[in-house]
Amino acid sequence: MDFFVVEVLIGGLLTGVLYALVALGFVLIFKASGVFNFAQGSMCLFAALALVRLMEVLPVALALLCAAAIMIGLAFAIERLVLRPLVNQAAIILFMATIGITFFLDGLGQSLFGSEVYTLDLGIPKNPLILFEGVIPGGILVNEFDLWAAVIAGLLVAVLAVFFQRTRIGRALRAVADDHQAAQSVGIPLRHIWVIVWSVAGLVALVAGIIWGSKLGVQFSIALVALKALPVLMLGGLTSVPGAIVGGLIVGAGEKLSEVFLGPFLGGGIENWFAYVLALLFLLVRPQGLFGERIIERV
Amino acid sequence: MKQIGEPILTADRVTLAFGGVTALNEISFAIRRHEILAMIGPNGAGKTSMLNVINGFYHPQAGTITWKGATRRRMRPYHAAAQGIARTFQNVALFKGMTTLDNIMTGRLLQMRRNFLWQAIHFGPAEEEELAHRARVEQIIDFLEIQAIRKTPVGRLPYGLQKRVELGRALAMEPELLLLDEPMAGMNVEEKEDMCRFILDVNDEFGTTIALIEHDMGVVMDISDRVVVLDYGRKIADGPPDEVRTSPEVIAAYLGEEAGPHPNPNPRAVEGRGGG
Repeated sequence: MDFFVVEVLIGGLLTGVLYALVALGFVLIFKASGVFNFAQGSMCLFAALALVRLMEVLPVALALLCAAAIMIGLAFAIERLVLRPLVNQAAIILFMATIGITFFLDGLGQSLFGSEVYTLDLGIPKNPLILFEGVIPGGILVNEFDLWAAVIAGLLVAVLAVFFQRTRIGRALRAVADDHQAAQSVGIPLRHIWVIVWSVAGLVALVAGIIWGSKLGVQFSIALVALKALPVLMLGGLTSVPGAIVGGLIVGAGEKLSEVFLGPFLGGGIENWFAYVLALLFLLVRPQGLFGERIIERV
Repeated sequence: MKQIGEPILTADRVTLAFGGVTALNEISFAIRRHEILAMIGPNGAGKTSMLNVINGFYHPQAGTITWKGATRRRMRPYHAAAQGIARTFQNVALFKGMTTLDNIMTGRLLQMRRNFLWQAIHFGPAEEEELAHRARVEQIIDFLEIQAIRKTPVGRLPYGLQKRVELGRALAMEPELLLLDEPMAGMNVEEKEDMCRFILDVNDEFGTTIALIEHDMGVVMDISDRVVVLDYGRKIADGPPDEVRTSPEVIAAYLGEEAGPHPNPNPRAVEGRGGG
């Protein structure tokens, strides 16, 4: 058997982890406020831009801290200026508001930090690695950087899963997502919850921004990576952290494998549309995604 | 016979306006410890607005609320909840995707004191705490006779049971003052009887003070110790049920529709129920 398949699969899975990382930000905010945050991609870009420009004047560790502080500050600002006036509004209204945030952040980020392509180098090694040389003839070629990215994403997911599923904050979050007024009536402090969630989403955006920024360079196209997170969400379900991961892996592996094996028959370029077609098929069969909450309708 | 005590909550000349509409016009009344106070009045009289002022959803333009000795211009939902005011809503406001159990557990959130890091490892004190809260919630589930729907997502339950779960969530907060906004709306006779029994038992067994809004006059007269009547944002009567029932102003404004020929035909009486 040709181990080329395994190599493509692993490469695809590692890319999938990166998609999952962006998708994760969406899931967090959706779980906690029932809002689809269109601005997640722009938050990645904003965070990466802030970091890369801060690194020009500050040591790496300090720049990371400052960038994290900026994202938390942003969460406070969004809560105060956007969410608080919209308490008890329908989810679609909040969704529209996040589209506004998207444009605002794209503009603000580029006017504050400039719109050129910046190289982001945090010292993560980028050498090609040959693994399992002893086991498999010729070994398997992977990018060391991708491996590190996967490790980071894995850690992040573990921390978030524990934070959201085992603490009382998890229950409070689901309550807030369901009904603002009822949540307030049992004493859940809406504002704190929103600030916490948007801060966490901002920090996830920072991590995603760092990884994508190191890969592609920090530039506007990072904001568009978020588009790849949409099919991931359709697959995994909007409300599930593990769903975002599994969805990301399926999309990553699927598009690489189909490119290599179906590409020659269909004329190539499959990588660009594979995820969306897969998501479309999924919507027909299982609209809530693999791990999403069942949609309950009483008639 | 239960002891009705000193006022636990006092509203003093509370005025609330939305634009040009005055929803509450210098309303003053007291809720006394351990009593069941019914608030009645035609649709749009300001009953729900009054509850919203008490638990801080609305902030009145004038007047004060005195709760357990502290006088405030405005309450805030978080503080109201933390200081023992729980409520239910006219249109059931439950967390529809969650099970009955989880819904009621949200009522315990404020009582959970352990650091979330402890909860994350789910071990030692945090686990004990979770178990203690769970035990309390099970008592409430038994009390309300909803054991069978413990694990059912509430979105699937019939309306009457949803109202019961909502009461359960409020009870889980172990409130001193329970605000019930039309707890019996949309229920059949049997469900109403059950709900009446629960309300009386809560009042009796836990000593919880209850303020409720209800349109069913039979229920109001049966279970309340005192009745406050609102009309057009003004208070027009305040007293024991029998006294209120015979007050001419109340008959004119509200009870007229049930007390025979209307002395002063009220166009709002035909609007149906559900406002407030």
